[in-house]
Amino acid sequence: MALDDRKTTDFKFIGSRPDRPDGLDKVTGRAQFGADAHAPGMLHGAIVRSPHAHARIISIDTSKAEQLDGVKSVVTRADFAKDLSGEFSFVLENVMAGEKALYDGHAVAAVAASSALIARDAAKLVKVDYEILPHVTDVDAAMADDAPILNDTYADASVPSGLHPNVVRYHDSGHGDVDAGFASADLVIEDSFKTEATHQGYIEPHACLATLGNDGKGELWCTTQGHWIAQKTCAALVGIDTSQLRVTASEIGGGFGGKTTVFIEPVALALSRKANRPVKIVMNRSEVFRATGPTSSTSMDVKIGMMKDGTITAAQGIFRLQGGAFPGAPMEFSAMCAFAPYALENVKQIGYDVISNRPKQAAYRAPGAPMASFAVESVIDELCNKLGLDPIEVRLKNASREGTKASYGPRFQRIGLVETLEAAKAHPHYSAPLKPGQGRGVSCGFWFNHGGETSVSLALSEDGTCQISVGTPDIGGSRASMALMAAEVLGIDYENIRVTIADTATLGYNDVSHGSRVTYASGLATIKAAQDAVEKLCKRAAAKWGIPEDAVFWEDGCAKPSGANAGNFDPVPLAELTKDMGATGGPISGHFEATPEGAGVSFGTHIVDAEVDPETGKTAVVRYTVIQDAGKAIHPTYVEGQFQGGAAQGIGWALNEEYIYGEDGRLQNSIFLDYRVPVASDLPMIDTVIVEVPNPGHPYGVRGVGETGIVPPLAAIANAVSAAAGVRLRHLPMSPPRILRALVAQAHEG
Amino acid sequence: MKTIHVTTTVNGDTVEYLCDPRETMLDVLRDRLNLTGAKEGCGTGDCGACSVTVDDRLVCSCLMLGVEAEGKTITTVEGIADGENLHPLQKKFIEYAALQCGICTPGILVAAKSLLEKNPDPTESEVRYWLAGNLCRCTGYDKIIRAVMDTAADMREAS
Repeated sequence: MALDDRKTTDFKFIGSRPDRPDGLDKVTGRAQFGADAHAPGMLHGAIVRSPHAHARIISIDTSKAEQLDGVKSVVTRADFAKDLSGEFSFVLENVMAGEKALYDGHAVAAVAASSALIARDAAKLVKVDYEILPHVTDVDAAMADDAPILNDTYADASVPSGLHPNVVRYHDSGHGDVDAGFASADLVIEDSFKTEATHQGYIEPHACLATLGNDGKGELWCTTQGHWIAQKTCAALVGIDTSQLRVTASEIGGGFGGKTTVFIEPVALALSRKANRPVKIVMNRSEVFRATGPTSSTSMDVKIGMMKDGTITAAQGIFRLQGGAFPGAPMEFSAMCAFAPYALENVKQIGYDVISNRPKQAAYRAPGAPMASFAVESVIDELCNKLGLDPIEVRLKNASREGTKASYGPRFQRIGLVETLEAAKAHPHYSAPLKPGQGRGVSCGFWFNHGGETSVSLALSEDGTCQISVGTPDIGGSRASMALMAAEVLGIDYENIRVTIADTATLGYNDVSHGSRVTYASGLATIKAAQDAVEKLCKRAAAKWGIPEDAVFWEDGCAKPSGANAGNFDPVPLAELTKDMGATGGPISGHFEATPEGAGVSFGTHIVDAEVDPETGKTAVVRYTVIQDAGKAIHPTYVEGQFQGGAAQGIGWALNEEYIYGEDGRLQNSIFLDYRVPVASDLPMIDTVIVEVPNPGHPYGVRGVGETGIVPPLAAIANAVSAAAGVRLRHLPMSPPRILRALVAQAHEG
Repeated sequence: MKTIHVTTTVNGDTVEYLCDPRETMLDVLRDRLNLTGAKEGCGTGDCGACSVTVDDRLVCSCLMLGVEAEGKTITTVEGIADGENLHPLQKKFIEYAALQCGICTPGILVAAKSLLEKNPDPTESEVRYWLAGNLCRCTGYDKIIRAVMDTAADMREAS
């Protein structure tokens, strides 16, 4: 569905900033999140987790736990489906260990009891005998010849021969001749970079309430970014038909990609089937950190050649991503996003997916892109410094535009990178003076965005109001966007539209709320469903007037005859048509089911000022500006919120957040006190500029905005910190000890 | 397990309950009194999502035992509106979009209300440090800080 050229500016509702429809629920405590559900006769589940990073499970003795008063069921791997293959087999292995525990926190058994306290006591009574095996948690160490092998069957056909079995997937792409490109450069810089794993850090731990009878019929309430994928996966893992499991998505307390898979849901279903009672499981924070998706840690080498005038002649990147104990680290996204902001004749990128004894990585906002961007944009900054060039001018000179052959293959359609760079250059932040001890950094970032399978239903009520059922959980205000888009098409007030997140039994399949797809794809589907309803309304008006259907058109919420030849009739408003709909042909609703494929790619440019204390190595972010192309901001306030949230998470990733493993392979910082995400006093106000270069693949020009905002911060902050500290930081996070070490080392060298 | 009888005041109502001595105040609010507005984000007092006031002191209810509520006065997010009239902070949070997913919102509202009762004219730094115990992972805090500052200004004007 292409951009509607007639309608990209004169919007009545799009671009306004009304209160979100679920605002009252969220500020009064009325909203029902994952852990807020209760059911009659409900039991509480608790999971037994491995204390070892890598161990063979010799035996599991559940007898003592079963004897505890109040315990109703205990499950192990034997209680799940057999002979699964592909992704489902990895998910099951992660949900409940089979022969081996593969990381500290890996689930090995679970119990359900009449209270949460009894369940916790019972979990401690499950006795597991382990044979401890050698482990590896670092990505470079996991690729070394002598690294312990996690599984020698995981590597797929893409992996070149001679690599360690822990390298499970390989990616190689690019075009041109990089060697010739480097030879023609005035300056070539090659550097190595590392980033540590960070967690999505959503404030709501995973939670679910499950019922499964021995008739194979089940109900599941859970916090998820995608209840259809949860339905499909859970059904497969417990061995029932997909349609027999009805999944309702609770309100979701943050996800950022980390709630796109299942962890405890199949376990709750298995416990419920065995006990014949509803079972609720809520993770505690330590379980969230130890056993759900952090992002990958990385080791990267980037080489870029540049002419004295700033032209990039060639670029090459090697991206090694550690993704935990199972295949799936987003190394191909690292590789494909790394150089996407630049029009390059010679570019080459290689990715390695490496398994290690850590929890299975899960998507985290633009998975793979922020790390790659950190390495690439650091090298570009260094080249600019050495050649005495302005970092924004250099980026403008090389920027990808409409028609550019992207580093990952296809040619870009209309994109807004140049517009974000121009806006950055013109922004007062870029020319503001810095104080002593401060440094300024800029960086660009890219994310693909995604369409995905989408269904929306829209029903008109007799009083002329409207209800929309969408299948994408509202993770940050999307109900408001859907209502605005429907209001725009129907021409009725925003307040007269109620948006509901439908469950899996009441709407067609919907892909997950990920890939920055919701406002794009569910929005497009909402527009199409509303247009479907409008078509039916026009038919009713045509019948009422006794004129052909194509002689009626819709404007300002009314059916109108199209031109003088159609006849002279007064416009009929929507409410008048719906009032009689029972008598004029029955209920009127609109539907749309498809897989929209015009998700426009997105670019952003960030400017940041940082101040480094040379005594302690502590960094303060003193000013931050996000400039990003939204295509068209449906509800600008929530677009700004996405920009600000992405920047804040990026600041945490750049400066503080990391998974720290001990020699024993156990996670050492599994609570929010030790894994410290940015708090209000760590951050400045975050300025935003919304650039609007319409996406030709959406009727109103929308591009997804959720993910791009976390791509530039790592590099922008590293560039600012390196400028402020006078030494290049190549290992994230740039925590005070790491900065201090770099300062001390430089002082010794100097 | 032996349970203990507790009498306390929650959101203006006298309530009685029996609880296990190991249960936290948060467990009691959510599981025994069905007040699920306060959320458990960490269970270690680091995220603030379970913030309530106890005798006007701001407390992480996950760090307090249910039995400690005896004779106390507790206010949760469910108790900060006056009937159908929202507290000015609640209105401003909706108006400013000072929430995205909304899971931290109950705790932040309780904490912000507690701040404004003690300091009706806080600086931006004072708001940021007061709310430093309440994690929000969605907003970057910008809109939250603005909403609190603007509420404070409105409330000063109204009083």
